Amino acid sequence: MKKSMIKNGLLLGVFALFCTALVAIVNQQTFEQIKLQQQLELRRVLHQIVPDELHDNELSEYCILIHDEDALGIDEPLPSYIASMQNLPVAIAIEAVAPDGYNGNIRLIIGINTAGEILGVRTLKHSETPGLGDKIDLRKSDWVLGFNNRSILDAKDRLWQVKKDGGDFDQFTGATITPRAYVKAVKNALLYFNSNKDTLLARPANCEVNYQ
Amino acid sequence: MNSVLNEYKTIAIQGLWKNNPGLVQLLGLCPLLAVTATLTNALGLGLATMAVLIGSNVLVSLVKFYVPREIRIPVFVMIIAALVTCVQLLINAYAYGLYLSLGIFLPLIVTNCVIIGRAEAFASRNSLLKSAFDGFMMGLGFLLVLAVLGASREILGQGTLFEGADLLLGDWAASLTVHLWQVDTSFLLAMLPPGAFIGMGFLIAFKNIVDKQIADRTTAPLVTETVTRARITKVS
Repeated sequence: MKKSMIKNGLLLGVFALFCTALVAIVNQQTFEQIKLQQQLELRRVLHQIVPDELHDNELSEYCILIHDEDALGIDEPLPSYIASMQNLPVAIAIEAVAPDGYNGNIRLIIGINTAGEILGVRTLKHSETPGLGDKIDLRKSDWVLGFNNRSILDAKDRLWQVKKDGGDFDQFTGATITPRAYVKAVKNALLYFNSNKDTLLARPANCEVNYQ
Repeated sequence: MNSVLNEYKTIAIQGLWKNNPGLVQLLGLCPLLAVTATLTNALGLGLATMAVLIGSNVLVSLVKFYVPREIRIPVFVMIIAALVTCVQLLINAYAYGLYLSLGIFLPLIVTNCVIIGRAEAFASRNSLLKSAFDGFMMGLGFLLVLAVLGASREILGQGTLFEGADLLLGDWAASLTVHLWQVDTSFLLAMLPPGAFIGMGFLIAFKNIVDKQIADRTTAPLVTETVTRARITKVS
């Protein structure tokens, strides 16, 4: 009895070692490639919302962390990327969260130039209802392009709402909550940038690019 | 030789039809219903499951003589979990777009009962080659159900077929996407989990109808035979 217990225990240990070794080897083999893929994905998105001709630095490498729940919608530091031309900042790409989507957090990224004008907005991650709320995804609909070239004067700007609330943004048929949350998130981030522009752009790059 | 061939034929029929993991065993419903909104996702998860199934069957078959009965389940679980992690890492590295859209369902392959079911019921009792073949056929059966469900939901829901194929197969596959018709508001039911359940129900019903017809056809001559005999006895 005792002997078989020891034998089985040892055997289990051997299998655990073997399985762990297998995972460790595959992990080591794919580690670089996964990192590269995440970098590529980040660059692809950044490249879409901050045009290449505006800046001459490598956007994804010039990153700062912003922690402001009111402005960015989440109580966690989020990365922003600063674009510069000959070492002068020209634009910023701010990651933000719309916490009140229909189905959890919507993560988005907003490109803004130093004049406070939106260059582009993209959805990074969401779990909105397919067919209704997922029009915030550029693959499904070009709704997010409606943010291009817009700017905001102050928090009372009535245009920064969905049409149903008297604003200027289309809602989706059957889904108002998603675009409402989305417009609010972009608006908050834009207002935050407008009032903290100088300090934000002057900050030194201080975050490891870690895209999950 | 012939009997060996027959055995493999039986394995194939079991996996693809008679004992199909999706339609008959009804195992692995969670990923089946969750990811089949588009054909691409369905294929992606189907292939990943198939890879894990073949791998786990092979490994389990290899170690079957060294694993005592009492500890076989934890050993199988370890093997399966390790394989799933490997598959997840590989997809993350080489099909990143697919990784983003399959998201949490990849680790969930671990909980797909088909895999431990085959390890226990087949691979731990059969030779290496047969186990590999069984894994392939069971995986293919599961993949086919996923693909049919994914394709029909995608067509009904968004009027496209194979959207996002480039995420799975590389950039060249973008041209595989077929836009059948343009929908302003998509047929929501087909895209949501209830639509998956209903579609699944139709698939199972279809399989049962086909089975019944096959059964009727094979037994039909027998029935007429007995009937004629009965008549004869009545006349006499």
